[in-house]
Amino acid sequence: MAHSGSAGLLPGQKSMTLGEMGLAVIAALSAVLWVIITANAWTPEYAFHAGLFAIASVATVFLIVNRYHARPAERPAQEINGKPNYNFGPVKFATIASVFWGIAGFLVGLIIALQLAYPELNFGLPWTSFGRLRPLHTSAVIFAFGGNVLLATSFYVVQRTCQARLAGDLAPWFVVLGYNFFIVIAGTGYLLGITQGKEYAEPEWYTDLWLTIVWVTYFIVFLATIIKRKEPHIYVANWFYLAFILTIAVLHLGNNTTIPVSIFSSKSYIVWAGVQDAMLQWWYGHNAVGFFLTAGFLAIMYYFIPKRAERPVYSYRLSIIHFWALIFMYIWAGPHHLHYTALPDWAQTLGMTFSIMLWMPSWGGMINGLMTLSGAWDKLRTDPVLRMLVVSVAFYGMSTFEGPLMSVKAVNSLSHYTDWTIGHVHSGALGWVGYVSFGAIYCLVPWLWNKPKLYSLKLVNWHFWVSTLGIVCYISAMWVAGIMQGLMWRAYTALGFLEYSFLETVEAMHPFYIIRAFGGGLFLAGAVIMAWNLYKTIVTPAEEIEAGVTPALVPAE
Amino acid sequence: MSLWNKHAIFEKNSILLLIGVLIVISIGGLVEIAPLFYLKSTIEKVEGIRPYTPLELAGRNIYVREGCYTCHSQMIRALRDEVERYGHYSLAAESMYDHPFQWGSKRNGPDLARVGNKYSDDWQRRHLENPRAVVPGSIMPAYPWLAKTDVDLTHIDQEMKVLSMEGVPYTPEMIEKASIDAKAQAVDDDPNAADLVKRYPKAQARAYGEKGRITEADALIAYLQQLGTQVDFKLYDGKANLR
Repeated sequence: MAHSGSAGLLPGQKSMTLGEMGLAVIAALSAVLWVIITANAWTPEYAFHAGLFAIASVATVFLIVNRYHARPAERPAQEINGKPNYNFGPVKFATIASVFWGIAGFLVGLIIALQLAYPELNFGLPWTSFGRLRPLHTSAVIFAFGGNVLLATSFYVVQRTCQARLAGDLAPWFVVLGYNFFIVIAGTGYLLGITQGKEYAEPEWYTDLWLTIVWVTYFIVFLATIIKRKEPHIYVANWFYLAFILTIAVLHLGNNTTIPVSIFSSKSYIVWAGVQDAMLQWWYGHNAVGFFLTAGFLAIMYYFIPKRAERPVYSYRLSIIHFWALIFMYIWAGPHHLHYTALPDWAQTLGMTFSIMLWMPSWGGMINGLMTLSGAWDKLRTDPVLRMLVVSVAFYGMSTFEGPLMSVKAVNSLSHYTDWTIGHVHSGALGWVGYVSFGAIYCLVPWLWNKPKLYSLKLVNWHFWVSTLGIVCYISAMWVAGIMQGLMWRAYTALGFLEYSFLETVEAMHPFYIIRAFGGGLFLAGAVIMAWNLYKTIVTPAEEIEAGVTPALVPAE
Repeated sequence: MSLWNKHAIFEKNSILLLIGVLIVISIGGLVEIAPLFYLKSTIEKVEGIRPYTPLELAGRNIYVREGCYTCHSQMIRALRDEVERYGHYSLAAESMYDHPFQWGSKRNGPDLARVGNKYSDDWQRRHLENPRAVVPGSIMPAYPWLAKTDVDLTHIDQEMKVLSMEGVPYTPEMIEKASIDAKAQAVDDDPNAADLVKRYPKAQARAYGEKGRITEADALIAYLQQLGTQVDFKLYDGKANLR
């Protein structure tokens, strides 16, 4: 939000900024609008959401006025003694939120994994059935956990690498709080049956509109901070963040073009239909992977690995090539989700071709990340945080090799619709996105809360090994389950009949679903160990951490 | 060496970097998506595809609401085993009025693209109530609340109006008669059933469940029972639509 000039004011005289005033007025108007909608909503579920929006609007007015009374008359300085006066409040909030949502998302994942093994766990209730919990899981881990990690790290990295305070005063808080409110609305909506029925884009029209407002503000804050940078060059991590923020905006608008039935209804109909909707969906869906879960997290890699290893990025030229190649090629890869379907063949072939080519820029990024450790490989032995970051890049390399392989039509005819896809996604999600996030969070928390180091590296070690075992169980179970089911679906008897009924192929999955749930449980346990470690890092005084006054460790397992 | 230095143009100017990114990410999407809207070969020419009846539409909305697409595809791929297991491979035309499409991405359960009329209404009802009562070993959740909840048809005409704005050929007459049609389809021998079938060929009008009320289960079953039944594949000329 804009700063009003303080010209013409007496020193020490306090007045509301244009941003404070404007946002308070907009929030007040929004409260009125949402109260009207609450009163007229067609369904109780929508009334509940409208009520939440009304309460949030009122809370916004209260928070702004309250903050105005508590703050000093002068606006926060851009610099103190020639050093940038960084704004880390929103970063701290997003960091804690990411840990909270991470554990919530992993827990829901564990529940739905168990539901596939033991269907009684659906309990015959609407809000606990698999079809509603599965979007809750995917959104919680991608958008709530991953999104908050991206918010936290991008707001941290852009300030550090630009040597500039985050642009805006209320705006960064609006982004962080507004984004988390979006998550609450989206998540409760799934449980109540409010969904567009498009994977990874399930939130309905009003939630999408709200996210658009938040996202545009995010984009402006990020860009404005880059513009006021003290460094002549924009650091490579910020290229990736910028591409991520911009592309996600384009994808979100393209895939959620929808007409609400009424302002009093939560239901809308997407303007695209059938084959075009399928293409747009997977253009969106695959690039949610490509830009949200890859470009954004590569930005994390480009800041946190060099920082933690205390080595420069391996190759500047490689980062240029793989940046442009990656963002150019990812966009084409969507149709590989639609092989042998009613999507025209030319589109399928294009999607497959670019997916295979995508292997190269992906590995360019992996090589750049791994080789940054040249001369610092010994640190892997002593620093479990760096080990986590490096293993994440290794998982990135593995899943970006597996992805192109699975995009080959012949392979895809076997793998599609099976758990192989689920295993592939999780080697990327748990191994790459999860580990690079954990590594970044382990770096960030001591930096943000001014602690010399983490409370316990031993616990990081436990986290690493417990969750690595979990990932290995998870993906190997899914490989076996997926390939086996794919082969069973196409198995023929000697007489030329299909050998297995569908149900027989489902029953064969049972032991692997149990192993998978066990793996997921270990991954969750690792995250709980992390949360405890981070909590202790924040609450233990710096001197005690420095002195190493940590109690004898009791393994959590 | 000199060419590498040129990259500094992007690194020193955030707006140029932004424009560069925007151009680079636009190309793939434009090339793959735009032609699908104007190439005539994208959607096959085929007889029989009609919009959903009001009751089927209400049922489809329940299908979407419960996240059925998270476990069931509606897309039979052009592969020998799939065609033998589920029926003729799916045509693009068969989902041309689907807002949103429900092709799915994972088969925890079987494909449903042609499940219409493969099982009786009674089987479908018992299956929704408790899948393991009719399919021991099934891992599908039970949906007992569907048969206990009356389907909300209050605003079905407004929903159809929005769909007609988006290109679904609902006529003003169809929209006007929406609630009459919905009720006519859900009971036995309704006098308006003939009109319904005239407006929506092959619409199946009968009591799908308990008499005297129309439940969410009834609407969902009405939707399921027509899936994949609109095209008569004895008359379909696949060669004419090779692409």
